[in-house]
Amino acid sequence: MSELAHATLSELGALLGRGSVSAVELATHFLERIERHRGLNAFLDVRAERTLAQARAADARRAAGESGALLGVPVAHKDVFVTRDWPTTAASRILEGYTSPFDATVVEALARAGMVCLGKLNCDEFAMGSSNENSAYGNVHNPWDRAAVPGGSSGGSAAAVAARLTPVATATDTGGSIREPASFCGVTGAKPTYGRPSRWGMIAFASSLDTAGLLGHSAQDCALVFNAMLGFDPKDSTSVERPAEDYTRHLQIDLRELRIGVPTEFFAAGLEPEVEAAVRSALRQYEALGARIVDVSLPNAALGIAVYYVVASAEASSNLSRYDGVRYGFRAKQYEDLRDMMCKTRAQGFGAEVKRRVLVGTYVLSHGYYDAYYLQASRVRRVIADEFQRAFGQCDIIAGPVTSGVAFGFGEKSADPVAMYLADLYTVPSSLAGIPAMSIPCGFGRHGRPIGLQLMANHYDEARLLGVAHRYQMATDWHARVPRGY
Amino acid sequence: MSLKLADVHRIAHLARIEITDAQAQEAAKQLNDILAMIEQIGRVDTAGIAPMSHPLDGTQRLRPDAVTELPDRERNMANAPAQRDGLFLVPRVVE
Repeated sequence: MSELAHATLSELGALLGRGSVSAVELATHFLERIERHRGLNAFLDVRAERTLAQARAADARRAAGESGALLGVPVAHKDVFVTRDWPTTAASRILEGYTSPFDATVVEALARAGMVCLGKLNCDEFAMGSSNENSAYGNVHNPWDRAAVPGGSSGGSAAAVAARLTPVATATDTGGSIREPASFCGVTGAKPTYGRPSRWGMIAFASSLDTAGLLGHSAQDCALVFNAMLGFDPKDSTSVERPAEDYTRHLQIDLRELRIGVPTEFFAAGLEPEVEAAVRSALRQYEALGARIVDVSLPNAALGIAVYYVVASAEASSNLSRYDGVRYGFRAKQYEDLRDMMCKTRAQGFGAEVKRRVLVGTYVLSHGYYDAYYLQASRVRRVIADEFQRAFGQCDIIAGPVTSGVAFGFGEKSADPVAMYLADLYTVPSSLAGIPAMSIPCGFGRHGRPIGLQLMANHYDEARLLGVAHRYQMATDWHARVPRGY
Repeated sequence: MSLKLADVHRIAHLARIEITDAQAQEAAKQLNDILAMIEQIGRVDTAGIAPMSHPLDGTQRLRPDAVTELPDRERNMANAPAQRDGLFLVPRVVE
């Protein structure tokens, strides 16, 4: 049965279609693996009876003649997507015990396609972090090396996929929260164009950046799930109104027509030699497959982190003002008056990093500082976005490293916020521009820790991006490597 | 510029986060590190560049004012901090 955990989504779909396995058997298999590997702390909440009820419903739909690539295939959701049948905390103490009265649109869309939810995945609190050390419910371990962080903020999603506890997992990316953990855990991570996935029911961190996406075993698997997951949602005011697409349509793309742009700035000082070597080797592989490599320039991309910590913190300070202990979630036990209740609730309910970002955001928006910080950051954001547009005039896909090094150890960066923020140096620029981006496994570095290759495409070009990633995965097997013991 | 202890207390007050003097000391150091990193954005000449508040520069969509769903009373009440006679009880927020 263990091959089930290692099967691709297409293989699982075929097995279900032939009746070789039922959705209930599949769900049971993964629930057992989740139980066996509880030590990874990848899941925050598992309710077997609810998972099995969904699996029985999927089997009944198939018995009634329905078919579908995802009908009966398991999925797990990052705990920032609200769910009616599982509590949702965003890994924060302030939402302890909260259960949403509705399902997020992404959750609902995948359920409609027949996917069976295995539970809720751990992450950094409110998706703020690059190591998963900011979860109020303990950090997730990296299945490749338990001493290494899984990356963040979607660390539970990445670790669960790497450990084959779920064939695919939802995740969110605000500044790198899908790609960095994908790179650290040796799995495939895909962030679509901002506005393609609905934000309805995705707990807000920075609304102009938050983008739902996936962690999975391959680009092909991600494309299959995107077909069910992405699309216009009238409930999300920034949802993109475009016709539905088949995200698998470019999987057989001919790379001989393709120009891959390599930003010289992504290979400057600070990039560790073992990462550069693995990324350069992946680029040579693309050349061997027929693609042309061209140099491009993103001169101000390095300022992305500075821009991001103004914009994202400002938006977070506003979004998180709703957590005041009045209507739901955690409330401080002892207080004097209403203001004291709010101050104590937020002091006790938020973790250190969340408080830090709320304070930074409050400051940059405060009277007298708005122009120098928020307005200037919004202008530099456009400078960076325009540089991407110029680069895409010379190439179809942009490639580079995801992170400067392999996964770091617990505690290595947690005492120095700025050092931690710099972990997102290569992922933040594309988030600011709102373009689709991926991380695909391309090698291993010290201590056998995985290395990822970042691929970026222009707005709405994710089908081609997935195709370009898929061609690499047809020629290599880095994405299919499984950590020992899983 | 560098944040002083009093600045941190003022920001924490605006953010409604209780903070002790010791925490404010630690926060001042960290916030100053973060702001020093952030201040690099001042180096870019952005004269004539329009601020970008959204990656797709979309316009705000309006929707017809129509009934689309009915509240699920039971589920909505489940998160109430306290209930009495079917009412959702919260602390008095308007004097």
